[in-house]
Amino acid sequence: MKTTPSASSLMSRENLYFLVLAALLLLVFPVLLDAFRLNLVGKYLTYAFVAVGLVLCWGKGGILSLGQGVFFGLGGYCMAMFLKLEASSPEATASQSTPGIPDFMDWNQVTELPWFWQPFHSFSFTLIAVVMVPVILAFIIGVAMFKRRVGGVYFAIITQAIAAILTILIIGQQGFTGGANGITDLRTLMGWDIRSNEAKTVLYFVTSGLLLACVLLARHVLGSKLGRILVAMRDQEDRVRFSGYDVASFKVFVFCLAAALSGIGGALFTLQVGFMSPSFVGIVPSIEMVIFCAVGGRHSLLGAVYGALLVNAAKTGFSESFPELWLYAMGALFIAVVLAFPNGIAGLYQRYLMPLEKKMLGGLGKAANTRPTAAARRMEETP
Amino acid sequence: MFADYSMPELMSIFAMQGFAGLSLFSIFVLMALGLAIIFGQMGVINMAHGEFMILGAYTTYLTAGLFENVMPGLYGIYFFVAMFLAFIASALLGMLVEWLMIRHLYHRPLDTLLATWGLSLILQQAYRSIFGAREVGVSLPDWMMGSIAVTDLVEIPINGLIVMVLTLVIATLVYLLMFRSGWGRQVRAVVQNRPMAEAVGIDTGKVDRITFALGCGIAGVAGAAFTMIGSTGPTSGQLYIVDTFLVVVFGGAQSLLGTIASAFTISQAQSTMEFFLSGSMAKVLTLLVVVGILMLRPQGLFALKVRR
Repeated sequence: MKTTPSASSLMSRENLYFLVLAALLLLVFPVLLDAFRLNLVGKYLTYAFVAVGLVLCWGKGGILSLGQGVFFGLGGYCMAMFLKLEASSPEATASQSTPGIPDFMDWNQVTELPWFWQPFHSFSFTLIAVVMVPVILAFIIGVAMFKRRVGGVYFAIITQAIAAILTILIIGQQGFTGGANGITDLRTLMGWDIRSNEAKTVLYFVTSGLLLACVLLARHVLGSKLGRILVAMRDQEDRVRFSGYDVASFKVFVFCLAAALSGIGGALFTLQVGFMSPSFVGIVPSIEMVIFCAVGGRHSLLGAVYGALLVNAAKTGFSESFPELWLYAMGALFIAVVLAFPNGIAGLYQRYLMPLEKKMLGGLGKAANTRPTAAARRMEETP
Repeated sequence: MFADYSMPELMSIFAMQGFAGLSLFSIFVLMALGLAIIFGQMGVINMAHGEFMILGAYTTYLTAGLFENVMPGLYGIYFFVAMFLAFIASALLGMLVEWLMIRHLYHRPLDTLLATWGLSLILQQAYRSIFGAREVGVSLPDWMMGSIAVTDLVEIPINGLIVMVLTLVIATLVYLLMFRSGWGRQVRAVVQNRPMAEAVGIDTGKVDRITFALGCGIAGVAGAAFTMIGSTGPTSGQLYIVDTFLVVVFGGAQSLLGTIASAFTISQAQSTMEFFLSGSMAKVLTLLVVVGILMLRPQGLFALKVRR
């Protein structure tokens, strides 16, 4: 694509869209919204990490994972464990029968910090774990499944089962994980109070910045040869295999990358919301994350970000004013997005707004511009 | 973990838990039979299957209420009427859903998953609006209550026994329908080679619709049976959907016998372990083992050799 002369204008168009998003996140939202709403948007943006990961592995790679909540949750729990240990210093928990361990452990008659909690005293270990724990799990699942050429529907069902297993495990092992309540009452990060409004605003900017960086990274991956192999694999897996590519390794890679992005999102979620619980891990949140991606457009990285923002904003709006209507709206959204506009907002934009935009801009480079978009549209619409 | 129990105690624990597992087995089989038909034969992932089951359960609840108020004398036989009505209700809804939604998505199996999930959300909320968020139950007629004492330690509840017999009867009927009837032959022909089946004059669209409706209808019957051993709430169906999908995949998607065998293995393993471990750990272990085996043997226990 890079070699054709008209593609360069397409590239700059993509850059323009990226700058619009950056301006929206870094300028428009902070100026227009109060601290509470800004924190909400920050929370939505952590889901956008997952949605961007899903564009890579589902939209481009054709691997539908219904277990992204697992990776989101693992990242979130790693961060929560660090924050919880910091919050339960021996001085702060002096009234417990065993001071120095998290309060829920004390309630559940656990007298010693379990071994897997120990390393989370270290912040650098936590930062590595936020990415590596999801990646390692994704690697194990990916190698086991893709080397045996399990894909499509089976992969979706098995990842969903894994989401179920992890939720039941977390709820069941209350003494080690905080059970259904999750890990709550998180206060400071390295002595910095994360509950204050200033801290939340700072965290919002950190989240936005990291998200934009992740979008750039994902764009770089997709623009490379690897990205084109992914798309080729989605459309004609056998042909790619017969061309001598190790299909399974590419799938494992993209699945791990998506898991890493989800883990980062989860950790930022914990920081902004101040707790982590199994209700962000299980089947329902995992499949909702897929719908964020589908609404935004499963082929479009920026679309996924808008999808996560819009669906979550709608969810908050509906549950504030008409709680009983929300499930109807969500259900209808699932069906509509699949039946009526499978390419989501990005697809609608390309189809209806882009020609309009061109008309308004006039004949400016008309001949050069229409052809690549037509080609791009064709590429986008292939399932 | 066995050391605390004497030998006869252990035997009766296994017998009781085995029987408790059989009720779970019945639910799994009834739900999985419908899913195996829809997923195994048509390749459609119906995430709303649990909600079709719950529709059957609510139909049974309504029928029981009707019998109780209008003709209390006939209350003893309400269940058979309810079962029939549950089948009809779920099958009709299934047919409608197939016509409106599923038939547009046959070439996009992952998208049917999302669309039917949306459907399940809508149905759940509809049940909540109509029947309320609280769980409802039916009172069993007298002859279904009580239990048979086999030995001093082992007691078998009658309602569990009835559900099991029902399961066996329905499984046999489905087997006969799929493998011994002309219609079943048409379904299998469509599964194996759609263009060829069309070429010999089978109306594949009609076969699809009836197959989907049949699968949903069986889910409705499962719901009717479900009311005998548990109470029904708007989200009861969702609790079983993941397990049931695992049952179908574990058994080998195209094999009905495999579905029954895997339902038996999973339900027995879970129920026996539940006695010795906590309920959640038993479930985690069972699911982990199943997922582990599926990673080693993705085609499931009983794989049918199909040319792809």
